[in-house]
Amino acid sequence: MSDAALWVAVVGAGLVCLGIKLVGHLVPEHWLAQPRVARTAALVTVALLSALVAVQAATSGRDLVVDARLPALAVAAVALALRAPFVLVVVLAAGTAALLRALGMP
Amino acid sequence: MAGDDDEAVRAAVRQAVSVSVATGLYGVSFGALSVAAGLSIPQTAALSLLMFSGGSQFALVGVVGAGGAAGAAIATAGLLGVRNGLYGPQVAPLLGVHGWRRLLAAHLTIDESTAVGTAQRSNAAARAGFWWTGAGVFVLWNAFTLLGALLGDALGDPRTYGLDAAAAAAFLALVWPRVAGRGARLARTVAAAAVVVALAATPFVPAGVPVLLAALVAVLVGMLVPPSDEPTATTPAGPTRDRASGATEGRAR
Repeated sequence: MSDAALWVAVVGAGLVCLGIKLVGHLVPEHWLAQPRVARTAALVTVALLSALVAVQAATSGRDLVVDARLPALAVAAVALALRAPFVLVVVLAAGTAALLRALGMP
Repeated sequence: MAGDDDEAVRAAVRQAVSVSVATGLYGVSFGALSVAAGLSIPQTAALSLLMFSGGSQFALVGVVGAGGAAGAAIATAGLLGVRNGLYGPQVAPLLGVHGWRRLLAAHLTIDESTAVGTAQRSNAAARAGFWWTGAGVFVLWNAFTLLGALLGDALGDPRTYGLDAAAAAAFLALVWPRVAGRGARLARTVAAAAVVVALAATPFVPAGVPVLLAALVAVLVGMLVPPSDEPTATTPAGPTRDRASGATEGRAR
């Protein structure tokens, strides 16, 4: 993406997110209180984050790839299961991938 | 009575400070990942100031890093921001503000400020919890984002340091509280389906679109599967309230 397109994405997405927050403060409470609306929003969040995990860990452009990111993600999962804090999880994953690449893994 | 109120407010402020420090710290990882994905330092700082929602920010740089177009990046960040819109009706009655203060309250309405604010028993403590958490996270998140961007910029090739793997781990850490535990069977099913859809679509559609297709799966499941399939929604009395408190526990770090 060009620098100008990046600015469009940054400012556009920023205003969209702020607008959504403001709508939440302005609409009558019962509009958003329907169980299906709340549940669908929660599931959309889960689906987006899960898809981002997959895309970040196992794709490169339009190719599916297996490289040092997958074992790093496994280490992150173990750390999360052991209730490690966010920063430690991220650092452990980066360290694992960096170590494996230093040893010659793609 | 007044003494109890003061103590409740002080407890809320203490909680706000600890949540702010914990959340602010991971702004470092966002800043580093953002410049690794190709955003400049000013663009990274602008994102934290203007968007101010961790999940949406990670999502935007994730789509940009994968080579996605501006439209896909905006759509993904916006969809992840929808939950912030649902927090508004929970916190607005607690705050009772109007005019520019309402705009400020909306901007500071995020996972953490909503969780701390709605967890308090008295109204004074709820206000203190919301404002102190919102302001504390805002200041520290932006400061640490800038630090992370400067560090990331100085590091060079992000792959050498495993920063691409760190991005995947960051998303995993964000989704983990929402899929772990007993009440989350439907969420785990949706997560698995989202992974399959995103990977299956990757060879065939432009970057950024696989993630949006995965969101479509969640919309279909959310609208079509009867709420009774979900354990948290089985009690007819106040299912929304139950889910809200469950989500608050899930978000607590």
